[in-house]
Amino acid sequence: MSPLLSVRNLRVSFPTRSGTFDAVRGVSFDLGRERLGVVGESGSGKSMTGRAILGLVRPPGRVTADRMELDGQPILNLPERQMRALRGARISMVMQDPKFSLNPVMTIGRQITEGYRLHTRTTPQAARDKALEMLRAVQIRDPERVFDAYPHEVSGGMGQRIMIAMMLAPDPEILIADEPTSALDVSVRNEVLRIMDKLVRDRGMGLIFISHDLNLVAEFCDRVLIMYAGRVVEELPAHDLKNARHPYTQGLLNSLPRLDHPVERLSVLQRQDSWRDEEIATPFPGGL
Amino acid sequence: MSQTDTASGGGQGLPPANTPPANTPPKAEAPSHRGARLRRRARSLGGLVLSLALTLLGLLLITFIIGRVMPIDPVLKVVGERATQAQYDAAYQAMGLDKPIWQQFLRYVSEVLRGDFGRSISTGHPVSEDLKRVFPATVELATLGTLIGVCVGVPLGVIAAARRGGWIDQIARVLALVGYSMPIFWLGLMGLLLFYGILGWIGGPGRQGIIYDGMVPTVTGMILIDSLIAGDWGAFRDAFSHIVLPASLLGYFSLAYISRMTRSFMLEQLSSEYVTTARVKGLSEARVVWGHAFRNILVPLITVIALSFGGLLEGSVLTEIVFSWPGIGQYITKALLAGDMNAVLGGTVLVGACFVGLNLISDLLYRVLDPRAS
Repeated sequence: MSPLLSVRNLRVSFPTRSGTFDAVRGVSFDLGRERLGVVGESGSGKSMTGRAILGLVRPPGRVTADRMELDGQPILNLPERQMRALRGARISMVMQDPKFSLNPVMTIGRQITEGYRLHTRTTPQAARDKALEMLRAVQIRDPERVFDAYPHEVSGGMGQRIMIAMMLAPDPEILIADEPTSALDVSVRNEVLRIMDKLVRDRGMGLIFISHDLNLVAEFCDRVLIMYAGRVVEELPAHDLKNARHPYTQGLLNSLPRLDHPVERLSVLQRQDSWRDEEIATPFPGGL
Repeated sequence: MSQTDTASGGGQGLPPANTPPANTPPKAEAPSHRGARLRRRARSLGGLVLSLALTLLGLLLITFIIGRVMPIDPVLKVVGERATQAQYDAAYQAMGLDKPIWQQFLRYVSEVLRGDFGRSISTGHPVSEDLKRVFPATVELATLGTLIGVCVGVPLGVIAAARRGGWIDQIARVLALVGYSMPIFWLGLMGLLLFYGILGWIGGPGRQGIIYDGMVPTVTGMILIDSLIAGDWGAFRDAFSHIVLPASLLGYFSLAYISRMTRSFMLEQLSSEYVTTARVKGLSEARVVWGHAFRNILVPLITVIALSFGGLLEGSVLTEIVFSWPGIGQYITKALLAGDMNAVLGGTVLVGACFVGLNLISDLLYRVLDPRAS
């Protein structure tokens, strides 16, 4: 079975005064109908990878790759018009903070129906029905009321569920979730994740879950990519995280407190320059 | 699950359904979102009107104080230099200047509320009559100027921001720079020289050609509108040919300001997350820019437009002088130089009231445009 999304040697670079800055430096992975976690600290290029896939890197940023295919079709640097037909309809994204990622002066209903109507060319009534159905699917109890509400009138957890409803309404095949719970209270975090997880699995979608939270990723994903300085340093099944071999991953794990293994002092992550460029045991050996 | 939903839905932002305002009887069914929103708006409107009245009162207080501290003897201006002491005292009492200061203020307020600003010394007419004559001329010019500034400046600013660094952005930048730095009287004179003197495309200084002077019955005092009401196309064309150059100049200057402000507002919005959300949905760039980002700059944009319009309503003295435009700027300036305080203060109150009125209108617009405002 060919993967849903296949990325080889993805690079994103930005020209700066002091030369070119490479935010992503040769990232490769395949995504099937699975949940793929991407973990790394801020600046490791994980968000930029997601945006590059959606073609959202604005000039003067430059995206190159040996291969970037959606269902076997190349999607790298497509003309804007074709890219727009993919965005929302086939690949979608949920962002970090619903306080900022929802338009404050537009009703929630309009924001949901807008994208759906664009891709399905359906009637306003059908779009409304679909929006209410989606709101119900993300377990919002009073969808009619929320439909006419503005984003500032709902809480953060609710806002993120609305965001999920909005992005899943046109039935995309891939959802990129970029730190979807980092801005939420811990109490609603798991609930939002469970709703997203269920919807993604019921629809047989591929999920790219970008996070800096190792435990969360281990719990909600099938496979994990560990990114450091714009590169993937390790890839392993989520349940195997404890057996990570790369010192960076081990360092990340050791800096987390553990209930079953309390220590006096958590160890501080010691970064090594060699991680930036050393040869990595990738699942795509012998070049890509 | 349901726990958070109640907490988030009922507690945080949605208006609680169990506290209807005192003046409306509680309804049997839960009030709809829109209904609650409307009632909240109505209540805050009362506060707005109150603050407006206070602002106007403050304005009157300030003009009153200015009138009293000015080193110009108002009695002397009325009775003249050669009046006897008896005449002077009689006038002094007739003007109520022997009364306590708060009574003088009350008298001033009640006079102003009746539209009585006293008599202008330089023109010999009541100030209110003068203002009725000169203010429409300024309103006509300022409105047309602002219209031009908004209709060109806003789209220019939006496009400049959307295509940052593109050729439209560069042109807008140069246009604004020239607009900021070029003195208006020079540009006005050059415009008159070129379009009136050499090309003869437009009417000269003044509001009307001599043939049409006084031909159109005065209704609003704005000749463009009055001639339309009278159905006199010749007069309309003539008035238009006179107003087009000064209005374009004022429009150009407000365009410079409005386009720069629009551009910076838009740049701020275009870098926000909800714009990325809109792009992720697959919307076209035009819909992202106009449908999402632009709607979010309307509130600050209205402030900018109102301020720029208010500034023009004050009367742009230089433009009015270059184009012999009988507006309020010229009127107040002449009155000031002649020490005609009644005219100066009357004009100041009128301009101030216009500012307050503009503020009220923009405040009301905020409430319509921004759901978070009330």
